[in-house]
Amino acid sequence: MFAAENGLKGDPRLKGISDSITVVPHFPKPGIMFQDITTLLSNPKAFKDTIDIFVDRYRDMDISVVAGIEARGFMFAPTIALAIGAKFIPLRKPGKLPGEVISEAYELEYGKDRLEMHVGAVQRGDRALVIDDLVATGGTLSAATRLLERVGAEVVECACVIGLPEVKVIQILLL
Amino acid sequence: MSACKEDDPRIDGIQSRIRVVPNFPKPGIMFQDITTLLLDPKAFKDTIDLFVERYKSKNITIVAGIEARGFIFGPPIALAIGAKFVPLRKPKKLPGKVFREEYDLEYGSDCLEMHVGAVESGECALVVDDLIATGGTLCAAMNLLERAGAEVVECACVIEIPDLKGRDRLKGKPLFVLVESQ
Repeated sequence: MFAAENGLKGDPRLKGISDSITVVPHFPKPGIMFQDITTLLSNPKAFKDTIDIFVDRYRDMDISVVAGIEARGFMFAPTIALAIGAKFIPLRKPGKLPGEVISEAYELEYGKDRLEMHVGAVQRGDRALVIDDLVATGGTLSAATRLLERVGAEVVECACVIGLPEVKVIQILLL
Repeated sequence: MSACKEDDPRIDGIQSRIRVVPNFPKPGIMFQDITTLLLDPKAFKDTIDLFVERYKSKNITIVAGIEARGFIFGPPIALAIGAKFVPLRKPKKLPGKVFREEYDLEYGSDCLEMHVGAVESGECALVVDDLIATGGTLCAAMNLLERAGAEVVECACVIEIPDLKGRDRLKGKPLFVLVESQ
């Protein structure tokens, strides 16, 4: 659900955050309207407001794990993890994490890939948050959720800066 | 002038949380894995605090982080010191017009890109990555920032591999690290 629907409607920070995102047409291929968050990252107030909204929501939910999806999830998740005192877990493209990993396949909005997580990073009973910059089809977030659930964590919520309402989301992301 | 935080009591905790994985990504490489550091909220916070304490009064307006592990440390530092975070990315990830710089890795070669317009001429920049090995990636990062007219104040890494002498490839710019590789 969107923050505006979730009681944050009229929060003055949302407009500043939305305005700081740049839409780049036809990237990475024709027909895609790319939501570029780099202009949000280079706006210290908008970036801080973004993190604050997530931290305000999650700080009292006993979250023990914040998982960030490579690479743009890495720009938001660690700061959230630090602010709420949770572990940060990077969920990475294949072959990047050393040592023992588990892997989950998924389809992207534009292509397909695999996501990996370290064995032993997350314990049974951990309460987890999954963070990415944007949700499109939900394929990546679903793969992330499956990875965490396979090791016995409870995925409390998935959180993204941007949701694309016009792309059909076929998985239920919020529990 | 290079600096290394040996005397701060937080350093031992940080060092002890870094895991060495032998023969990754290929035989002979002792990989310095920071993911175990990220699993310890106190050690991760101490890591960020050490950088923030050093840079908060240095008028730094840009923190540039190198994909992908620089994206883990750079943004919390940028947010804490009120600077812009600028991601330096692998090719074709950034939309729109970019500067492109080629460089040699410890194991291979690659390209780094930065958005045109991310940095204004005269800005003071910090470059952040998890680790410095040969210094090739950091040197490419510095070149990108300087081509856009920024002044690189310092390079900051959690870990240095001293035997690879990366600090000698930083065009005379200072390097600040928290720990040396094990």
